[in-house]
Amino acid sequence: MTPLLSIDNVTKRFGRVIAVDGVSLDIAENEFFALLGASGSGKTTLLRMLAGFETPEEGAILLDGADISHMPPNRRPVNLMFQSYALFPHMTVEANIAYGLEMEHLPKAEITTRVGEIMEITELSPMARRKPDQLSGGQRQRVALARALVKRPRLLLLDEPLGALDKKLRAAMQLELKRLQHEVGVTFIVVTHDQEEALVMADRVAILKDGRLLQVGTPHEVYEHPANRYAADFIGVMNFIEEDGKTIAIRPERIRIFPDTADRTAKGKIVARAYHGLDLQLHVETDLSQRPLLVRVTADAADRHALAEGDAVTLGWNHTDTRQFND
Amino acid sequence: MAERTPASRVGLISVLILIFAFLYIPIAVLVILSFNAGGMPTAWTGFSVKWYGALLGNADILQAALNTLIVAVISTLIATALGTLLALGIETRRRKGRALEALVFAPMIIPDIVLAIALLSFFSLLKFPMGLHTIILSHVVFNLAFVSAVVRARLKTFDWSVTEASADLGASAFTTFRRVTLPLILPAVIAGALLAFTLSVDEFIIAFFTAGAGRSSTTLPMQIFAMIRFGVTPEINALATLVMIVSVTALTLSQRLNRGVIAP
Amino acid sequence: MTPSNARSTLLMAPALAWLTALMVVPCGLILALGFFRRGTYGGIEYTFTLENFGLLLDPLYAGIFLTSARIAGTATLIAVVIGYAAAYAIAAAPRHRQPILLFFAVLPFWSNYLIRTYAWIVLLNREGLITHGLRMLGYEGEPPSMLYTEGAVITGLVYNYLPFVILACYAPLSRLNPELAEASRDLGASAFTTFRRVILPMTVPGIAAGAVFVFVLSIGNFITPALLGGGRFQMIGNLVYAQFLTANDWPFGAALSMALIAIMMGLLTLQTFAAEKGAGEAREAADG
Ligand SMILES: Nc1ncnc2c1ncn2[C@@H]1O[C@H](COP(=O)(O)OP(=O)(O)OP(=O)(O)O)[C@@H](O)[C@H]1O
Ligand SMILES: [Mg+2]
Repeated sequence: MTPLLSIDNVTKRFGRVIAVDGVSLDIAENEFFALLGASGSGKTTLLRMLAGFETPEEGAILLDGADISHMPPNRRPVNLMFQSYALFPHMTVEANIAYGLEMEHLPKAEITTRVGEIMEITELSPMARRKPDQLSGGQRQRVALARALVKRPRLLLLDEPLGALDKKLRAAMQLELKRLQHEVGVTFIVVTHDQEEALVMADRVAILKDGRLLQVGTPHEVYEHPANRYAADFIGVMNFIEEDGKTIAIRPERIRIFPDTADRTAKGKIVARAYHGLDLQLHVETDLSQRPLLVRVTADAADRHALAEGDAVTLGWNHTDTRQFND
Repeated sequence: MAERTPASRVGLISVLILIFAFLYIPIAVLVILSFNAGGMPTAWTGFSVKWYGALLGNADILQAALNTLIVAVISTLIATALGTLLALGIETRRRKGRALEALVFAPMIIPDIVLAIALLSFFSLLKFPMGLHTIILSHVVFNLAFVSAVVRARLKTFDWSVTEASADLGASAFTTFRRVTLPLILPAVIAGALLAFTLSVDEFIIAFFTAGAGRSSTTLPMQIFAMIRFGVTPEINALATLVMIVSVTALTLSQRLNRGVIAP
Repeated sequence: MTPSNARSTLLMAPALAWLTALMVVPCGLILALGFFRRGTYGGIEYTFTLENFGLLLDPLYAGIFLTSARIAGTATLIAVVIGYAAAYAIAAAPRHRQPILLFFAVLPFWSNYLIRTYAWIVLLNREGLITHGLRMLGYEGEPPSMLYTEGAVITGLVYNYLPFVILACYAPLSRLNPELAEASRDLGASAFTTFRRVILPMTVPGIAAGAVFVFVLSIGNFITPALLGGGRFQMIGNLVYAQFLTANDWPFGAALSMALIAIMMGLLTLQTFAAEKGAGEAREAADG
């Protein structure tokens, strides 16, 4: 079976900057795919090539097996939800959403029905006649989403869809996006630099660095088996211990305090403690690394051992919970 | 911005070329003709500066040039002082009424002919003798509006806390103005003055109506108008070239001092 | 300098006094003059009358108003079309080149109006450059009459006010978020549809303001019709000029210039009203 989208060895330069460097990637129908990377890593550029606003210098982009690399954006069955939303300020919510359907010259009645439907789904019906500057950030985000979704694209590209929202709204919208994707059955590629968000929403995640793909996999794979040190550091919190020219990496939640049994133990002193909701994060100084090790314990365990700053603790972990990098 | 197709880029560049040709060819023609020995637009008979020489020998033109200079310099000086104070006054005001905005905006948009006849009626009903001084009085009206517009634009981005710092350090209001505010807005003030100077040098209609009778208060634009009505003569080309050089120099300097005077 | 209304008033006083004495009072005077009668020997007879304003409706003068409006309207239309295209091309140029392009597009506007108009006499003259050019291409007949035509007047007006329109159109175009055009393309619109439905509606209010000024400056112009129209085209500006300098009917000249100001204020109010109505409709929709 051909994948829905095939990105084949695509490269894009801007002058001397290589924004996207030999990226190859297959994305399956109905997948929720997340592109992760630091600022300037090439996420937007890659999306813009998929949408048709930039042309790859090398490589090809195949949709349903057909090369679309040089197809103009208005002819691609691909839609982009812009980082800035790019809502038309002179049109109402309704008119914004209908715009894309009018471009397909659909009958008026059908446009009205489809716009009505999508406004129901995205809970925008009460504000159909407002203009974008009279909406809240979350409402604008939903209009941008509805405007793209109503066209029933083969592929929906979302550039930092939640970037402009506050933390609480973001969390709610993450689940909302996922629900919507399920409901309408469209393939999503979401760009984000929030790794937590990517792990929560996506079926698969890709990590970009300097225009190159470092790793592609399910959230579980990239979290538990990062391909290299950068990926390990980028996703979640990671402790690094340098030993014999090797780097040992271990997640804070894999380190136990006062373990009964452990492959490896170390003595240290608590230098700081910080609450993280139900959990407690301890900073423990040991002679294994320069930076204190981060250890995550439940509030329960912390109470049991009456942990305070300055206390001496013993840490322990199992080898199966560590990763080794040679770089 | 998305990549442009080569075709659309060629289209946009052609538009620019055509527009700039339209804007500058007529002016370029005058400049070239001013160096044409034969003086007629229809045939190039060799390079010569004799028309410039002819200007120097023309007492009327020299007198008009001198008059223009007097009008432009004096009206610019008055307008710069008044316009700058006006700008400072408006921008330090808590609430700016609509009437005030309209009043200081009006001189820039009133059709020249209306202001010209209004001033003519005003002076003649008062039996006020007209001459260079009435042109100066009249030119200050629009010049001060332009100066204040330029200075106000600068003051809009002015960080007033520096003046508070100066006061905090013990400076009086006047010292603060002289040592802090003025140096900071000076480029805009000079830019506004240069703009006013050009406008005054080029202004025809108001000068024409408020000059009164007699040759003694003829300015260059009035002289040029008379010459044009008389017909196409090679001296006009030379004179036009010189006037253009003065304007363009002042305008370019103005824009350099304070971006946004002529164009953003 | 902290805000202080007392000091602010003091600073503004000299300029405001100047403007009052030499703009507000003279303009008020003109308004008043319009209601007086013309004296037998050209002076002013101080008896109240509405005759001068009634005279504006006289077919002869109403005709001049219409001619002026037609010429000014045509010039405005052409200037807006060309100026918009120019502004669009400048706004589409690389960012770092835009200031210099704009500067050179606007520079002529600030230089001598008479000279720029005179340049067209040189070009359009019967024995001028264009005729000469045609002759060189083998044209044998009578020189085409280009100068002293309505076309020449319109050309002169367009030429003189084009930079102003470019400036007025550039402002909204350069503020336009390029992603809006991209979003439109992304939703399936062609380049032309994107222009018509997104770019144009968003830039039109700014352009309207520019158009009003060009129209008003054109309709009240008297240099261009005098020089390029050769006096064959009476426009309101020439009419005003004539009342004051030749016909010596100041009251009627005053009424004419009041009409000019009224046209300007009317158009400006209309334009502001239209812009505010757009915003108001949106607000209403939000409340509903
Ligand atoms: N139009 C352009 N011209 C020149 N360089 C560009 C252009 N667009 C992007 N770049 C460069 O390409 C690289 C990748 O940029 P891109 O916008 O794709 O990053 P990003 O991953 O989306 O970053 P962010 O998270 O900040 O949005 C950057 O170095 C950027 O400076
Ligand atoms: Mg980006």
